[in-house]
Amino acid sequence: MHVEAGRDGNTVEVDAAGLSSRELNLRLRELVTAGATHIKLLNVAGQRYIGSDLDRPVTLEIFGTPGNDLGSFMDGPSIIVHANAQDGCGNTMNGGTIVVHGLAGDITGLSARGGKVFIRDDVGYRAGIHMKQYQERCPVLVIGGTAQDFLGEYMAGGILVVLGLTLGSGHRHRANFVGTGMHGGVIYLRGSVESQQLGKEVGVAELDDQDKALLQGIISEFCGHFCMDPRDMVAGPFIKLYPRYLRPYGPLYAPTHRGAQGQVPRWKVPG
Amino acid sequence: MQGQLNPDNRYGEPKVIDACSLFGVLDTTGRRFSGHGVFKAIANMHDRSNGLGGGFAVYGLYPDFADYYALHIMFMGPQARSETEAFLNVHFQVFHAEPVPVRAAAKVASPPEIWRYFVLPRRAESETLADDDLVIHRIMHVNTTIPSAFVFSSGKNMGVFKGVGFPEDVADYFRLDEYLGYLWTAHGRFPTNTPGWWGGAHPFNILDWTVVHNGELSSYGINRRHLEMFGYYCSLQTDTEVAAYAIDLLVRRHGLPVEVMAKVLAPPLWDEMEQLPPKERELLTTLRQVYGSLLLNGPFTIIVAHHGEMIGLTDRIRLRPLAAAVKGDMLYLSSEEAAIRLVCPQLDRVWKPRGGEPVIGRIGTPMALPSEGSVQNSKVVLR
Amino acid sequence: MTSTRQAPATTQAEAHVQAPAYSYPMPSYLKPRFRVEIEDRRCIRCQCCVEQCSFGALFFDQRRNEVGTVEQNCVACHRCVVFCPTQAISVLRHPVEYRENAHWRPEVIEDITRQAETGGVLLTGMGSDKGWTCYWDKLCLNASQVTNPSIDPLREPMELRTYLGSKPDRVELDPKSGGLRTRLAPQVMVETPILFSAMSYGAVSINVHEALARAAAMTGTLFNTGEGGLHPKLYSYGKNTIVQVASGRFGVHPEYLDVASIIEIKIGQGAKPGIGGHLPGEKVSDDVAFTRMIPSGTDALSPAPQHDIYSIEDLSQLIHALKEATNYTKPVSVKIAAVHNSAAIASGIARAGADIIALDGIRGSTGAAPKIIRDNLGIPIEMAIASADERLRKEGIRQRVSLIAAGGFRNSADVIKAIALGADAVYIGTAALIALGCTECQACYTGRCAWGLTTTDEKLTKRQNPDIAAQRLANLLEGWSHEMKEMLGAMGINALESLRGNRLHLRSVGLTQQEADVLGVLQAGA
Repeated sequence: MHVEAGRDGNTVEVDAAGLSSRELNLRLRELVTAGATHIKLLNVAGQRYIGSDLDRPVTLEIFGTPGNDLGSFMDGPSIIVHANAQDGCGNTMNGGTIVVHGLAGDITGLSARGGKVFIRDDVGYRAGIHMKQYQERCPVLVIGGTAQDFLGEYMAGGILVVLGLTLGSGHRHRANFVGTGMHGGVIYLRGSVESQQLGKEVGVAELDDQDKALLQGIISEFCGHFCMDPRDMVAGPFIKLYPRYLRPYGPLYAPTHRGAQGQVPRWKVPG
Repeated sequence: MQGQLNPDNRYGEPKVIDACSLFGVLDTTGRRFSGHGVFKAIANMHDRSNGLGGGFAVYGLYPDFADYYALHIMFMGPQARSETEAFLNVHFQVFHAEPVPVRAAAKVASPPEIWRYFVLPRRAESETLADDDLVIHRIMHVNTTIPSAFVFSSGKNMGVFKGVGFPEDVADYFRLDEYLGYLWTAHGRFPTNTPGWWGGAHPFNILDWTVVHNGELSSYGINRRHLEMFGYYCSLQTDTEVAAYAIDLLVRRHGLPVEVMAKVLAPPLWDEMEQLPPKERELLTTLRQVYGSLLLNGPFTIIVAHHGEMIGLTDRIRLRPLAAAVKGDMLYLSSEEAAIRLVCPQLDRVWKPRGGEPVIGRIGTPMALPSEGSVQNSKVVLR
Repeated sequence: MTSTRQAPATTQAEAHVQAPAYSYPMPSYLKPRFRVEIEDRRCIRCQCCVEQCSFGALFFDQRRNEVGTVEQNCVACHRCVVFCPTQAISVLRHPVEYRENAHWRPEVIEDITRQAETGGVLLTGMGSDKGWTCYWDKLCLNASQVTNPSIDPLREPMELRTYLGSKPDRVELDPKSGGLRTRLAPQVMVETPILFSAMSYGAVSINVHEALARAAAMTGTLFNTGEGGLHPKLYSYGKNTIVQVASGRFGVHPEYLDVASIIEIKIGQGAKPGIGGHLPGEKVSDDVAFTRMIPSGTDALSPAPQHDIYSIEDLSQLIHALKEATNYTKPVSVKIAAVHNSAAIASGIARAGADIIALDGIRGSTGAAPKIIRDNLGIPIEMAIASADERLRKEGIRQRVSLIAAGGFRNSADVIKAIALGADAVYIGTAALIALGCTECQACYTGRCAWGLTTTDEKLTKRQNPDIAAQRLANLLEGWSHEMKEMLGAMGINALESLRGNRLHLRSVGLTQQEADVLGVLQAGA
């Protein structure tokens, strides 16, 4: 192990150069158990699962490119990445915050059940796929730039915000199948999309005052992380994408028992 | 032939399944450079392979023998070399032959004897085939009829080096640190159903084309049957092999540009085509109607190379990763961005190419930066 | 059927037969097949069942104030069962039992009895009920696990679109402009690879024809006119129509050819390979006569062969005559019954210039066929399609034709297995009729179909409401298409062309090595 840890109060530096994923995460567990609250990871190069098993409040600052599954299953820590993140960032995350000063790869926020993910630039395919919420747990994924296809695919809950900041003027988002299979949660999208880019289960609405208040808070937080001015962003224009049905596939199935016919209601989401 | 000549397929599976890490780098000025960065990059994605296969393709490798086909041949049995050389001497003029230099201390598993031959095909008067086709036929002859001999590299001024081990160990074994090339591709393999054999490692090569591949093609069965109609014999039962043959058929034999070839392997959805202007729509519709059997379906990323060109392509719904990056005249392609950053921390641009949209680097053509992607730590300008 | 003895002796063979020694009606030894039970407690004497029964199995007995039955007339069409408002009716197998005999089964005994009483050729309808090995049931489909992902067809794209027509081996581009130089032969697009099989107007009612046409238009596929022409009121569905040119050439005229998307030359059909057809005069109504362009009430006779095709070069001549007649604007299909050397024949048809080859297997259906022909001639479609696809590939001409498989497709799994074996699309006929109420009673040839399907009787025809019937057919195709997408997704495939001919996604269970070899599939577990 080439671990170089210099202690400065509760701030610790770890040189990740040459460490395997397992070695690095083992070191992080030790440091957090020993009471570190702020860890700087230097020379990170593709190590996976960073922050996955840290169950105490701690801030990880990552220099270099973290590997896949950054903060997967994570419950509590804050991660700041001064670079791009790869695939699976925030995978099945339970709580905590991830801030990426760059872009993130595919399946960002896959099945997140809580916590917040802020990506400054773009994300890859299937961002926010199957995010879900239950009672007070409600994940938030904010994408500063644009996304590739299948954004918010079968979203079951949570809040997904796309700010479109990296789109050139006059350019629309290129993502297709946005919100396909969406049956919960909400997507706030800034920048234009055409209707054929949206999944067939998605409804489009204007923002009401409640949406605007919610969005303003999220945008302020995003801008706080990246030292941006929220005023232009809040002005939008935004559209709100919502699931038209709680059970989009109810009518798809033909019951093989006659008595079951007509017992598959197709509830519409109120509001 | 299934499972007989192919030791990778000792159980006679209809196809060999594996997964992988990929890396490729091209200097678009054609300047040759050492592969140190490539070894470092592919080693960094160690976790994506399992030590059962690694390999490299290097272009601009043999400037002293640039006009000859460089045959890299592995011999796995006692008679194999004499039998092969007897065949070579009849059908080729052999200008130079030597064992491929190796580092015996490297951590690789039971290496076979490996030689290289710089040759030109002899032709009987009756033979009207082009040199390239003659070479292909004769290589297929060696690979299917001489037991324990396997030609795994056959292009001019390029070479494939591959074997069983992690890619960094394979590089060490073949002393690749001693070579220069203007284009390198690398592969780390994770086969799921075979113990791995030297010939089954990637890149897969035909003439100067090489393919490295990550993923599994659900369309393999029909891709293969379609290629068989055109005389391709798929002896390795790998997805990489059918991808390479498909590219050979489309580009070399049917004369399609690389951009068009990419639209055959990963065509747009029918609905997407309907949004396009009439001419483009007609071209894409026709391509898909005629070449539907060559659609590579299922998750894949491939890095395809031949002289002067490197192409990265993913399946049309991007089920496998690919990061692309440009720094000056250099184009990088990799399964993971971290591997690129390790070699070149400051990039002009890094991006994730959309599914089915090829990234093409050409010698003499400076890389155009895509509109998407990000520059590390640049300030986003608010609009 | 009446006794042939009473028919005028017109043939030479019959002239030698002596008249029977007695002239009173021969008693029938046939027993009823079915028993109709009407539960008195439930019956409300509405007589709906009597009204619905078109076979004369039910009548209302005024004196007893109850429904009476003539059970030997019952064909088990279930029309009465479905329409009884109080669910008072059961149709049961008749309880008269024969002594068990594996060889002399009741059906064999009844057939002999029937022939002894009539001297006739046994006539029947629909497809063979003889339980030929169904290879679909012995083929397992693949699914993705770990090494590649299954694809979710509900949320991600899943393409069933298929283009029927001849394709070249390669696409040529202009080297200068990069523009397309290749001009494809005519292609016809279907959104799902399930087409409605040939059913002629006359064999089926006009409302069925209309329902098929409308369902094809609703689902983006094609229906096939069969050999009885196309009623002008259906010309507006031309884009979704395959018109047939068969040996009888009924209703074949320039407008008929022009209106269609595809022209199909019918050489044979799976239910009766090598046999022509007789549409009895009773079914040739004024409207059928108008469509077929023959006098009303005459038998419409389709010869066994096409009398301008006695050899393969003649087929080529007819193909090109039809292409000339339509200025090479539409694909020409050739439909044959699947027979012993159909692979070689398919190769000949491809070389003769056809764009599409339709193969119809031994389980294929018909409105009327000699039972002995239906049950014994031809080969299973699974074998035929596998060998034809393989032969065309070996000869390097598979691209030249599209292959359509037909003959007893029961569900979406049969369809998808046919495509994995190498079919471009399939025809369904029986399944479509079942969607409209058919219970496989096999009495189509009587023209008395209680469901208004295989009849030209005006009153019975009205039992099929084209609005409802079209919706039922469209629902069926929609359901099957969804299921096919689910199966494709499970196999990790999102475009049908990647499954077409991809036999690695099939594995066999319980087949001999030779059977598996013909199908080109591996044993499960291998």
